Amino acid sequence: MKGRIHSLESFGTVDGPGVRYVIFLQGCPLRCAYCHNPDTWEFSEGKLMEPDYLIEQYERNIDFYRNGGITVTGGEPLCQMDFLIELFTLAKEKNIHTCIDTSGIAFDPDSKEFKKKLKTLLALTDLVMLDIKHINGQKHKELTGRSNKNILKFARYLNKKKVPTWIRHVVVPGITDNPEALRALGYFIGGLSNLQALDLLPYHVMGVKKYEELGMEYRLKDVPAMDKEKLRELKLHVLKGIKIRRNEMKEYHNVVSD
Amino acid sequence: MRPEWTDFVGGKWEHDINVRDFIQRNYHPYDGDESFLADATQDTKDLWDMVLDLQKKEREAGGVLDMDTRVVSNIVSHGPGYLDKSKEKIVGFQTDKPFKRSLQPYGGIRMAEKACSDNGYEVAPEVSEFFSVHRKTHNAGCFDAYNEEMRECRSSHIITGLPDAYGRGRIIGDYRRVALYGIDRLIEDKLAQKDSTGRVMTDDVIRLREELSEQIVALKQMKQMAASYGCDISQPSTNTQEAIQALYFGYLAAVKEQNGAAMSLGRTSTFLDIYAERDLANGTFTEEQIQEFVDHFIMKLRLIKFARTPEYNQIFAGDPVWVTESLAGVGVDGRHMVTKTSFRYLHTLTNLGPSPEPNLTVLWSVNLPINWKKYCAKMSIQTSSIQYENDDLMRTDHGDDYGIACCVSSMVIGKEMQFFGARANLAKCLLYALNGGIDEVTKKQIGPKYRKVEGDVLDFDDVMDKFTDMIEWQADVYVNTLNIIHYMHDKYCYERAEMALHDKNVKRYFATGIAGLSIVADSLSAIKYATVKPIRDEDGIIVDFETTGDFPKYGNDDDRVDMLAQKVVSTFMTAVRRHHTYRQGVPTTSILTITSNVTYGKATGNTPDGRKKGEPFAPGANPMHGRDTHGAIASLSSVSKLPFVDAQDGISNTFTIIPGALGKENQVFSGDIEIDLSQI
Repeated sequence: MKGRIHSLESFGTVDGPGVRYVIFLQGCPLRCAYCHNPDTWEFSEGKLMEPDYLIEQYERNIDFYRNGGITVTGGEPLCQMDFLIELFTLAKEKNIHTCIDTSGIAFDPDSKEFKKKLKTLLALTDLVMLDIKHINGQKHKELTGRSNKNILKFARYLNKKKVPTWIRHVVVPGITDNPEALRALGYFIGGLSNLQALDLLPYHVMGVKKYEELGMEYRLKDVPAMDKEKLRELKLHVLKGIKIRRNEMKEYHNVVSD
Repeated sequence: MRPEWTDFVGGKWEHDINVRDFIQRNYHPYDGDESFLADATQDTKDLWDMVLDLQKKEREAGGVLDMDTRVVSNIVSHGPGYLDKSKEKIVGFQTDKPFKRSLQPYGGIRMAEKACSDNGYEVAPEVSEFFSVHRKTHNAGCFDAYNEEMRECRSSHIITGLPDAYGRGRIIGDYRRVALYGIDRLIEDKLAQKDSTGRVMTDDVIRLREELSEQIVALKQMKQMAASYGCDISQPSTNTQEAIQALYFGYLAAVKEQNGAAMSLGRTSTFLDIYAERDLANGTFTEEQIQEFVDHFIMKLRLIKFARTPEYNQIFAGDPVWVTESLAGVGVDGRHMVTKTSFRYLHTLTNLGPSPEPNLTVLWSVNLPINWKKYCAKMSIQTSSIQYENDDLMRTDHGDDYGIACCVSSMVIGKEMQFFGARANLAKCLLYALNGGIDEVTKKQIGPKYRKVEGDVLDFDDVMDKFTDMIEWQADVYVNTLNIIHYMHDKYCYERAEMALHDKNVKRYFATGIAGLSIVADSLSAIKYATVKPIRDEDGIIVDFETTGDFPKYGNDDDRVDMLAQKVVSTFMTAVRRHHTYRQGVPTTSILTITSNVTYGKATGNTPDGRKKGEPFAPGANPMHGRDTHGAIASLSSVSKLPFVDAQDGISNTFTIIPGALGKENQVFSGDIEIDLSQI
C-alpha cells in the first residue's frame, strides 16, 4: 500500500546511526509549540508513494548508507502502520537497518488491533527513537495539545518488548529546561533497560521562517535558541536522574535476592 | 651516485629527468596519526604577525598596498625582498618587497594599465608606449586575428571569460626538478633536446627550437635570481630546506612572469618528504625545523599576488591565484602516497590559521589510510580550507604523478599541460536555438539565422533538434576563437619558466568549458514534462516563458532529467571534437564555473526552467539553488551521472552544509549512556 509522504532526505546524519535515508511521513496528531515541520501536520496532504519505490531510491545510493539505514519520521510515522509494515518487510528482506522516530502519541494500549500491528512492526524494527516532549503530564499537554500518558506507556511497552530505544528530548529555554523536570525525565528513563542512547536536542529557531511562509502564528516567537554550552550542563541533570533510578533498582534487586 | 643523493635508492631517475621514478623508489607511506606534528616556532609566529599587519594595511588601502608601474616583471627584474631576513627560513618574493604587485603587460597592456589605474596607480608612459607601439601583446594579437563573428560572440557573452586579455595560466611546471637535479643538469637536458629537433625547418620545428631557447634563458635566470638571495640552485639540493627553497624558486620564476588565471604548484609534499625523512634519520634537522620550513614555504605561497582589475575579480569572485597543491592519492602499485609531509602541509592551517591559498587539495581514495582520513575530516571541520578530488577516478587516466591546476584540471606533472579555454554559455545557446540566433538581451543577430521555434507551446523534439544545431555552431566559433588565443599566447606571452620544467614532448589538453548546465537540463525537462509557453516581444523574439505543471529537476537523482544533462554534455563534447585544435591539443571540457556563475547569469535572459533574466547560474555542475529537495546524496548522485569521459577537464560541485547537519556533537549526544553515567 502507498504511504503518505511529506518529503525525502537522502543524507540524514542526525536521525539514527550512520548516514540514513530519511522518510518524512505526512500527518501528526500533536501540535508541538516548537515543531519545525508544521507542514507535516495535515493528514490530507503529502504525496502517495509505494514502499518499492522508496527501497529502490535507497538502493540506488546504497554505498553511502553502509553504516546507516532507513529512518521513518514525520509527521507521526506510527499513524501509518500498515505502510510501515510493508516498507520494513521489504527493508529487512534486504538487510537494511530500520529505525522509527516517533513521539509515541499514536500508541493505543486498549486496542488489540493496534498492538497486534505494532508487534509485527517492531519485529521488523532495529531501533526506536522515542521523543518525550515533556515528562510532566500537564506541561506536556500545554506544549503539544495532548497528554503524555500513552507516550510513557509506550516507553514501558518498548522496554517490556526489549526494543532498542533512544530517548530524544528537545530542550527549550523556559519550557523544558527546568532541572527538576529533566531529573524526573532521567528518573523515568532510568527505569528502561532497553535504553541505548540519550539524545538531547537544543531548541533552534530555524522553523520560524516556515511559519511565516505558511502564514501561521508561531507560539514561541520570543523564545531564544538553546545555548549548546548550557545544554551540556543540563544533560547532567538527566544523567543524574537515570543514575538515581538505577541505584534504587539495584538496591531493590539486592534486597530481593537476599 | 652524486653526493647530494646519498642514501637515496637509485634508478632511472639518476640518468633521465624522471621525478616520479625518484618518488616511487624512495617515499615512505605513513599510516600513523598527527601526534608527531610540531607547533609554530617563535620565528614563524613573528613573521606571520608581520603578514597579518601588512594584510590589514592592504585592506585599509583599499585592496592594494603597492604596485610596480615602471619595472616590467621578469625572473630577474627585481632584487631580493624580505619580511625579516633574519627569521625567514624560505625566502623570495615576486618583487623587491612583500605585498608589492608586479607589472606584467605581456598578456595585454590595457589590462595592465587598468589594473593600475583602478587601484590608483599609473603605468609609466614609456612602458605604455613601448607595449602599444614597439612590442605587441597577446591581447593585441588576438584582436588582430579575430573575425567579426568572434568579436560579437565575445561581447554578447555566448562565449565568455576568454583568456585573451589576461594570462591563461593552468600550466604547472615540475618545480621539483629544480630541487632534485639542480639547474645546470636541466639546462644540459634542454640543450640536448634542442639538438634533437628535426632538421627540416617546418613551422613546428622552428617554434620548438625558439621555445627551447627561451626555456634555457629562463633556467639561467632562475639561477641568477636564486643567487641574488644568496642561494645556489645550480646543483641538486642536499637537504629539506634547500629542496623546498629550490622548488619555491622554480615556482617564483613562474609567478614573476605569468599572471595566469591559475598558477598551481603541483604535487610536492611526498617528494619533499623523502628529504625530510633522510634529514630526520641523519639528525640534520628536527621535526620542529622541518615544520618551520614547511610553514615558511606555505606562508610565501599565501603571499603570491597579482595586479588585477575589478572586472577580473568579478569574473573570479575575488583575487584568486589558485596555488593548488595536490596531496595524498594512491600509487599505481597500490601503496597510498600519504607521508608525514602531507600532514605537515595541512598542519600549516593550524600553525598559520585557515586560508584559501594555497588551495590544499586532497586526492581522495577509499584506500587512503584511516588516520589521514580522520585528520583531513578534522581539519576540514576546523578550517573549511581543504578541497577534495576523486583520485580513484583520475588515476586511471593520469597515473600517480598528476596534479590539479586551478580547481579541477588534472595533468601529469611535467608531461602534460593545458590550454585554458574559459567557457561556452550553454543556457544562452539554448535561447539562441529558440530565437534563431538572435540574442535575447541585445536583440542582435549573433548566431546563424536558423529557423526559430514556432507555435504557442515548446515542443521537446523540435527544441532539442534546434539546440543541437546551435551547439554545433557554438562549438565551431568557440574552438576557433581558442585556436587564435592560444596561438597568440604562445607567441607573445610564452610561459618559458613553466615550460622549462616540462619534457620536450608534452601532451597539450585543449580545454573548453560549459556554463549553465543545470539551467539547460531543467529547461529541457520543463519543455518535456511540463507545458512551456514562450512569450514573445513585439518583434517576435522570445523573451520569457510561462511554465505550467511540474517537471523533474536536476539534483534529485531523477534519471528523467539527469539523462538530459548527460546528453547535453555529450552533445557539446562531440561538437567540440569535430574541430581542428591548435598544436594537436586533445579536446576536453569542464563543468566548473566555481565563481563566475554570477557574471554569466547577468548576461543571460529568462530561461524556460523559471530562472529570471540576470539571476545567477548555479556554480559548476551544481543543481540550481533550492531545486535539489532530496538532500545531499540525491543531489550528488545527479552530478555523479555526468560522463567524465566527456568532461575530462573536470566536474565541480560546490557543497555547503551547516556543521550541525553532519552529525551529532559528542557533548550533547550520549551515544553510549553507560560511559556517560560512569563519569557522574
